[in-house]
Amino acid sequence: MSATPDDVLPGDTKTAAQTSTKAAQAEAEYGHLVKSEYEHGFVTAIESDTLPPGLDESVIAIISQRKGEPQWMLDWRLAAYRKWLDMPTPEWAAVHYPPIDYQTISYFSAPKKKELKSLDEVDPVLLETYEKLGIPIEEQKALAGVAVDAVFDSVSVATTFRDKLAEAGVIFCSISEAVQEYPELVRKYLGSVVPPTDNFYTGLNSAVFTDGTFVYVPKHTRCPMELSTYFRINEAKTGQFERTLIVADEGSYVSYLEGCTAPQRDENQLHAAVVELIALDNAEIKYSTVQNWYPGDEEGRGGIYNFVTKRGDCRGDNSKISWTQVETGSAITWKYPSCILRGDNSVGEFYSVAVTKGRQQADTGTKMIHLGKNTRSTIVSKGISAQHGIQSYRGLVRIAGKAEGARNHTQCDSLLIGDKCAANTFPYIEVKNPTAKMEHEATTSKISDDQLFYCRSRGLTEEDAVSMIVNGFCKEVFNELPMEFAVEAQKLLSISLEGAVG
Amino acid sequence: MLSIQGLKAEVDEKEILKGLDLTVGAGEVHAIMGPNGSGKSTLAHVLSGREGYAVTGGSVTFDDRDLLALEPEERACLGLFLAFQYPVELPGVNNTYFLKAALNAKRKYHGEDELDAVSFLRLMKEKLKVLHLDDSLLKRPVNVGFSGGEKKRNEIFQMALLEPKLAILDETDSGLDIDALRVVANGVNALRSPERSMLVVTHYQRLLDYIEPDYVHVLAKGRIIRSGGKELARELEDKGYGWIVDEAAA
Repeated sequence: MSATPDDVLPGDTKTAAQTSTKAAQAEAEYGHLVKSEYEHGFVTAIESDTLPPGLDESVIAIISQRKGEPQWMLDWRLAAYRKWLDMPTPEWAAVHYPPIDYQTISYFSAPKKKELKSLDEVDPVLLETYEKLGIPIEEQKALAGVAVDAVFDSVSVATTFRDKLAEAGVIFCSISEAVQEYPELVRKYLGSVVPPTDNFYTGLNSAVFTDGTFVYVPKHTRCPMELSTYFRINEAKTGQFERTLIVADEGSYVSYLEGCTAPQRDENQLHAAVVELIALDNAEIKYSTVQNWYPGDEEGRGGIYNFVTKRGDCRGDNSKISWTQVETGSAITWKYPSCILRGDNSVGEFYSVAVTKGRQQADTGTKMIHLGKNTRSTIVSKGISAQHGIQSYRGLVRIAGKAEGARNHTQCDSLLIGDKCAANTFPYIEVKNPTAKMEHEATTSKISDDQLFYCRSRGLTEEDAVSMIVNGFCKEVFNELPMEFAVEAQKLLSISLEGAVG
Repeated sequence: MLSIQGLKAEVDEKEILKGLDLTVGAGEVHAIMGPNGSGKSTLAHVLSGREGYAVTGGSVTFDDRDLLALEPEERACLGLFLAFQYPVELPGVNNTYFLKAALNAKRKYHGEDELDAVSFLRLMKEKLKVLHLDDSLLKRPVNVGFSGGEKKRNEIFQMALLEPKLAILDETDSGLDIDALRVVANGVNALRSPERSMLVVTHYQRLLDYIEPDYVHVLAKGRIIRSGGKELARELEDKGYGWIVDEAAA
């Protein structure tokens, strides 16, 4: 059937009363888990407006209608959906999980109260949630100088620092808003780096994305502050399909921070985000992620599936895109933040720390596609496996025939804690130009008894010693993070590895 | 301060220490000498709590506490310090950060406030001065890329900062040229005090030219077979270990 927004009845959705009962049940059922172990695992009793599970064209139409989207956006979604139906799920990654039934997922969930004009209108329960997470918006405004576009489930509820950014001409808003307010920019760039047909998850995301962030930095503008979005999945069974689009126009600079935590759940939650970055001539984008989603219990039950496509396009000459990620959460991570080095002299960087413990699995790495002349890329990947964690680094460096004088340096180090974990490295190198310079270094090491004893003989506990050694191992990556994020990342790493030894 | 009685220990089910007795009083410097394989390093490791050594008999009391019942970090916090024969590299861990963490762990153990960055730096400068060291090692990762001499100097610097009651120097002279040896020995001498005892484990008499011990013990086949004053070290240098070992066996 072909649905238009007009066909959709509001009665198709559950009432708020129904969902809040469900939330209360979930609270009762999982409340005992909430108090310990996963520090950020708590459920917010907030009323939400959730679509029943299932996916077809009418669901996409509802999403589009709820967001008041123009026709072209709906057409784009539907085109993506139709292609997606014929796409296979990728099975080449070294991760294992039961097949996902996409009809059991609810594709839309929004906090009930919408269109808030200021923080005063934000549900106090929501603000409290952020405070528990240590990211009080109010304080952040004053203290950190960080603008926060807080994504709570699928709809942005609070955006701060608009004025200051507006003064600089920087657009920082939710993607839904951008579709309304800046349709020409969105149409020009959306899907231009990651086309809907790129892979199974990008197809799905393109069809059903509910929210995300849009950033546009105008020519010759240095964004006056670090931009930051905190994601948080809060509704049981609600897939999250975030869409981020960042455009740095000629000669501009922007640094973007993304941090995630999620409450404890006993069901697998799918997260299939798409992030697109575009850097035009002489522009630079720095994208940092600290990801701490619920990894599941000791047996791996209930963790988040994080199947994300992130790609940056150094479209202009002398442009630069830098990815830094600290990945400690999720049951399964499938993620390869990549750079297409199209412009001459463009630079791509990938700095990564990934931790897998318990039953976590991660297949992560990057792609550096060198198309322009004298393009340079750097890859530094630090993988830490503990307990039964399995981790694979998968990286592609491709030097195209016309990429004269391209250079790549890859360093990928794995650290094993205990003898039940695993680390794999899958480097792919394709060089079609003889002037390329390629370097690849890889190491695998264990925390030695000597190192532990040395630290303990100086008065440090075993846990502090492990934390110190691991942080030292990751130092090159942490150095790339903005200061306050680096501190957070180190803390996160220490918390993640508590109890991982012995 | 330290009292070892009938200490027996094995590694991989092989008995290395076979009933060792030793008493170290406050402020005393004792040298433990002995041929290869006599159990010198085993003694140092057992005292500091290293895993892989099974204590099968005897007792060790340190400041009236049962030392062997404590975790290595507790021993350290109570004032025991081991200067390693082979200091361990900690890639990416800044030396200053490591020292601060160690000192604060000790302070925390004793219920004291942690030192802030400024007070710590002040303390560090003070200690550098006492030892006549420069601060070039402090910005680098712990022991990474250090020369043999730098590693040993770093150990002594840690000791200065942590102010132990009992310092065990495990073959601190090994791998050092004469200049480095002098620097290290001067550092150790600067740290001698009536409250600080030292156990200097060494192969050669050479180190004892610089660090003058109050007592010298000869360790062979897992036991102390002879004790004496510093003149014993000289005698050993002249005659080797053979004659004492033979005498003890006879």
